[in-house]
Amino acid sequence: MIKNIVNLGDAAIYCDFGEEVTKDVNSKVIKYFRTLKNKNLKGITNLAPSYNKLIITFDLNETTFIELKNNILNLKLDDETKNESSKISIPICCDKEYSLDIDRLEEKLNKSKSDIIKIFINKTYFCYMTGFVAGMPFLGDIDDKIQLNRLETPRVKVPKGSVGITEQFCNVYTFESPGGWNIIGNTPKSIFDSTHKKKPNLINPGDEITFYEISKKDYIKFYDK
Amino acid sequence: MISDYFKVIRGGLNSTFQDQGRENLYHIGIPFSGVMDKRNYLITNRLINNGKDEPVLEFAFQGPCLKYFGNKRNIVVTGEINFMLARNNSEKEKGECYKTIEINNGDVIDIISTNKSVYGYFSVSGGFKIDKVWNSYSTTARANVGPNNGCKLVNGQKILLNEKKPIFNRQLNFVNRKIEFIRVLKGTNFDYFSQNSINNFFSTDFEVTKLTDRMGMRLKGVKLNNLKKTNIKSEGLVKGTIQVPADGNPIILLSDHGTIGGYPKFGVIISADYDKLVQIPPGTKIKFKKIELKDAENLYKLYNMETNNILNKIL
Repeated sequence: MIKNIVNLGDAAIYCDFGEEVTKDVNSKVIKYFRTLKNKNLKGITNLAPSYNKLIITFDLNETTFIELKNNILNLKLDDETKNESSKISIPICCDKEYSLDIDRLEEKLNKSKSDIIKIFINKTYFCYMTGFVAGMPFLGDIDDKIQLNRLETPRVKVPKGSVGITEQFCNVYTFESPGGWNIIGNTPKSIFDSTHKKKPNLINPGDEITFYEISKKDYIKFYDK
Repeated sequence: MISDYFKVIRGGLNSTFQDQGRENLYHIGIPFSGVMDKRNYLITNRLINNGKDEPVLEFAFQGPCLKYFGNKRNIVVTGEINFMLARNNSEKEKGECYKTIEINNGDVIDIISTNKSVYGYFSVSGGFKIDKVWNSYSTTARANVGPNNGCKLVNGQKILLNEKKPIFNRQLNFVNRKIEFIRVLKGTNFDYFSQNSINNFFSTDFEVTKLTDRMGMRLKGVKLNNLKKTNIKSEGLVKGTIQVPADGNPIILLSDHGTIGGYPKFGVIISADYDKLVQIPPGTKIKFKKIELKDAENLYKLYNMETNNILNKIL
């Protein structure tokens, strides 16, 4: 199932599941991720599953690339565990103040702001993975008509709550951070809460997400709550 | 009984509690974090006679200014640091790094600046009274994860201390050596870049810019020309990754890095050179050298051996 395994630096392994990004490929990545998490192989320090890749970091004092690569190639996968996915609805405000890249989107996509937002809202998204910053969900797939590349130079600071789109994907910046996605709006809803020790992420891989538009007035009210 | 404590008179620019980092949370977006310069961290704990996994205070550029309330203890500062002690009898002393220093009630430690370096470390005999979060004392300030509510030190707060242990006076004759080259392994998208750009990367200087912090280091130099694709499908990242956005300016990801990214991976800094890389201040020029995996693994063994030799000199 893994197409290719190479080293990423001297203390990580890069497992490539192929070029394609589909729910099917992603579920294979998740299967390896869950098996490795349960097996607790010697030396593994972190696992980063994504759409079609799995990156595994290890402690160079305990193992090496070659040893771990062999362990992964010989891995017996756990049987499918039931994944309980949630349906979550997220408010988004697309007021000029929050829709930082709307001019760029309008120009490059040759569409009006209201059309872009309508197309964006009118879909249910699947959560492929979480990460980049704590709790950030990577959702897909957005409509062909509003797909666009990342910014050429990433922003040094993207405001917390920003909802960004790039290619067939969409995400929510759970913290202020650098980033290069096209920002379409902002949500006042808390997506990551470190005080919830057991389940800090609101959105997890496999969940289904929809967005609904709110006014600036409602946005401010939501924060005041 | 009230424990001994420091009052934070000035938090400094980026002062956080750190240990060797937090494992097993990449998949929800939480990086290792942990000390940037592991060798100086281990030296700090050894000098002050705390365990090798105990938390230290890490600071960058301008450190904290702390007033001590309690019974006699030792402190230690490591790195290349200018610091002063204002004694309770209003005498002033210039601080010496890599040497335990006795402090008494009312003494003030003012960590003024790092000298031609970025990070320094501070600890106290007995150690800081803080709690682990998700099995680590490390702070990821950007996600508010870690002790001290996941935040940097702020003016006016208190730092509580554990009960003190017997005091040892220790010192180490240590110089933070620079290296000529930062060594790099080929990344997974190395072949996206033109041969000319690859040659340039390994033969010309790059400047560390001011846009550098615990998350990443942005470099300025000859732009790297990507012939294939300037975006990849977002995927995991590791510290030391050199990623190149469409503008051609490389960014090296450091300990608080985002766990997922969509820029091509040109290379990865070898583990043995990480401590040295992070200490290079903005405005400095650096050179890179390409090596092979086997060499990187051997250099890591050597790095560990050197670290152990240094630690064994501290009695």
